[in-house]
Amino acid sequence: MALEQLYQEVILDHYKNPRGKRAVPGAELSCSRNNPLCGDEITIYAHLEDGAVADLGFEGSGCSISIASASMLVEAATGRPLNEAQDVAVRFRAMMAGSVEPDEDTFGDLVSLTGVRKYPARIKCAVLAWDVFQEALSGAGDATGDAPH
Amino acid sequence: MARVAEHAAALDVERIRADFPILRREVHGRPLVYLNSAATTQKPRQVIQALVEFYEQHNANAHRGVDTLGEEATALFEGARAKLAAFVGAPDPACIVFNRGTTESINLVAHAYGRKVLKEGDEVLLTQMEHHSNMIPWLLLAQATGATVRHLPIREDGTLELDALGSFLTHRTKIFSVTGMSNVLGTIPPLRRLADAAHAAGAVLVVDGAQLVPHLPVDVVDLDVDFLTVSGHKMLGPTASGGLYGRRELLEQMDPFMGGGEMIREVYWDRATWADVPWKFEAGTMNIAQEVGLAAAIDYLGALGMENVRAHEERITAYAMERLLDAGARIFGPTDPSVRSGAISFWFKDIHPHDLATVLDQEGVAIRAGHHCAQPLMRVLGVPATARASFYIYNTPDEVDALIDALRVAERLFRTA
Repeated sequence: MALEQLYQEVILDHYKNPRGKRAVPGAELSCSRNNPLCGDEITIYAHLEDGAVADLGFEGSGCSISIASASMLVEAATGRPLNEAQDVAVRFRAMMAGSVEPDEDTFGDLVSLTGVRKYPARIKCAVLAWDVFQEALSGAGDATGDAPH
Repeated sequence: MARVAEHAAALDVERIRADFPILRREVHGRPLVYLNSAATTQKPRQVIQALVEFYEQHNANAHRGVDTLGEEATALFEGARAKLAAFVGAPDPACIVFNRGTTESINLVAHAYGRKVLKEGDEVLLTQMEHHSNMIPWLLLAQATGATVRHLPIREDGTLELDALGSFLTHRTKIFSVTGMSNVLGTIPPLRRLADAAHAAGAVLVVDGAQLVPHLPVDVVDLDVDFLTVSGHKMLGPTASGGLYGRRELLEQMDPFMGGGEMIREVYWDRATWADVPWKFEAGTMNIAQEVGLAAAIDYLGALGMENVRAHEERITAYAMERLLDAGARIFGPTDPSVRSGAISFWFKDIHPHDLATVLDQEGVAIRAGHHCAQPLMRVLGVPATARASFYIYNTPDEVDALIDALRVAERLFRTA
């Protein structure tokens, strides 16, 4: 069933119980953006320490795909060095674009979002949080304190 | 109610459906249930055939040559203008400017009328329930002229706050532009009353007719509106068909909108004079085939009778609202079907509209989900988006049932998480 492939249990679980859905105290980086398709808005907060994403969170409202994807982003990028976190984002986009094969070892729960590839209009929902995350990280050079050198 | 039932019987929906080839297709292995006519309507074979026949038999540029094809294309194009004029009660075909529809028409009025009359300190009055296409052209106009844009509020029930009209519509208001039928709430404002109020204040009334004209009998003289926009693709016609009705004396005072071929009388190196209305506003090669297709759509609706179209929609809207409310949906806009359209925006069981639309699509049911090009209105309603089911002449009560069944599928899917 196509619907079950799109709305896999792991996606619905992240949607109902999102990880890191909170503002991060002391976040040096934050960024908001909305999905022009539906008006949903996501804000990402990142606190950096020693060139790594020490704490990551998000706020906002959205459909199951955009919230689940934001929740999975928090799990996938927290604790990673900045360059690795950026790399995850690049590879996630490549996976959603179909140019990288989903691989559970690399991507974990994010693999479940490949079902969205069959619904081109919804891919924007899946990458919304990642757009915001990448834009937030692009400000890392300007952030005070713990930006990498 | 008896009158409605009688009219509804007059609309033979099964026979109508047989005219729409697309309604025979399947989506994800289910019969297509098309509940998105407020976005664009499907096309009957009569309209498709008119396009084919134009291109196979009469294709030429209009108003250009003296050859047979050129004469035929011109006659069909101008014939379409006369049909649209009669359809909206315009006294003269010269009051109809052809273009791509409502967006282009409002931009035309904002440029060609707005820039001529507005000065710093003047006001353009809109309402809180306008589509972006009836907001952005006025914002651009305000930026260019120093005028201010104001918004008449809506009440809780989705109708206009008419008690506040006096304080919003003042001697500073030069243009009052309002939707004739909200694409989100279904609200149908009292246009004649608004026209009288606008004229008393010395303003012109512009009506965004994108949703109104396809669904209700319209007479621009009875309503006393100054401008009315028409989107052909929302009334069985091809995309990029339709245009603008304008009071003739206003059209004549206005400057051109776009410059180019065919909108001129005489051209010199350093100056030019303009063609008569409506051609002054029709630069370049026009959407000839599309307007010819729209003429076929007008014939189709005319044969059904717009009173019958309205009666059918009122009946199916009443049934859909009853079933949606029973199923636990929250409906935005007026709840009395006699004062609203068949575009029903709703929120269902806290399932995000996009999730809802995706699940419904798997069941063959096409609805719209999103902000419906009305982001400020979504903020007033306190939601990021809504789901919207909208009905037209080809929809049946069985399709309302299919919508409700599909909503149940979504409810089950999102409850188990």
